[in-house]
Amino acid sequence: MTRVPMMLFTVLALALAMGLATAVSPYASPQPDGLERVAGDTGFLDEGGLHAVQDDSPIPDYAFPGIEDERLATGVAGFVGTLGIFLVGYGIAWGLRRSRAAEGATAP
Amino acid sequence: MHIPDGFLDGSVAAAMAVPAVAAVGYGVHRAGRTLDDSKIPLLGVTAAFIFAAQMLNFPVAGGTSGHLMGGALAAVLLGPWLACIVMAVVVAGQAFVFADGGITALGANIFNMGVVGALGVGLTMLLARRILPANRTVFLSVAGAGAWASVMLGALLASAQLGASGTVPFATVLPAMLGVHVLIGIGEAVITVAALSAVLATRPDLIDGAGFGPISTTPLTPAAEVAS
Repeated sequence: MTRVPMMLFTVLALALAMGLATAVSPYASPQPDGLERVAGDTGFLDEGGLHAVQDDSPIPDYAFPGIEDERLATGVAGFVGTLGIFLVGYGIAWGLRRSRAAEGATAP
Repeated sequence: MHIPDGFLDGSVAAAMAVPAVAAVGYGVHRAGRTLDDSKIPLLGVTAAFIFAAQMLNFPVAGGTSGHLMGGALAAVLLGPWLACIVMAVVVAGQAFVFADGGITALGANIFNMGVVGALGVGLTMLLARRILPANRTVFLSVAGAGAWASVMLGALLASAQLGASGTVPFATVLPAMLGVHVLIGIGEAVITVAALSAVLATRPDLIDGAGFGPISTTPLTPAAEVAS
């Protein structure tokens, strides 16, 4: 069986994720999600709010700041967010692997 | 199912942070043993895909939407403990950058949407591997059923936390949460099975089988290729 090289797999999977987040997320359902809906129906929705540290969120509510068009703002937020999460995840995994390799290297 | 700040009592939120930190911490502790060269990019793209899919709310009945949680998918791809790291990255990123899900509720959200699905589906895959025939259909069916169950379990836990916080009576919130998440869970199962099918078609060797080796046999495992 032919296997796709890991580099190609990674590029394709990341392109799929970024494509979905950029081009499809602006057209996602705007309806409240399950918990929000239940919170509204059973009367505790108003108890929710933002934490103080979230007042200055870089990309509040998945809308990239400074872009008036709502769909474009969401798409840009999806592009930036998906790439950022990839880099953070890759970086953490690389760091954990590296720290482990460093431990092993101390043995003769 | 992101719980914002204000829904949970401080003590409940703090109590939920304990198992979340424990599971992610154990994942980090164990990561050196389980991360190999292919799992480093796989962890990155799994986190990216789950983040992206969580932006894709799909409509369910009556003016409500749902989206993928992803704990089950991450567990099947990376094993339960690396999956806990993936879910912590996604949920913490959403809270701190996108103001989605609370900060004091972060532990509860990582636990409900990530740890429970990751460990629950990990355990399910282990049991399935022992008692069911190992083939592609069984593998995908178990993963899909596990994905659905992880959403229901997350909804049950969120309801229990809301009830324990005195925000809403447990008996009121539980049937409402389970009722809507029955449908959202089907979306979780469909997306999980579709994503796993795509990986099976391109890199079947990457599938961890939830930390216990691939449950799928003959044409799908690298061992079979070596033997042939």
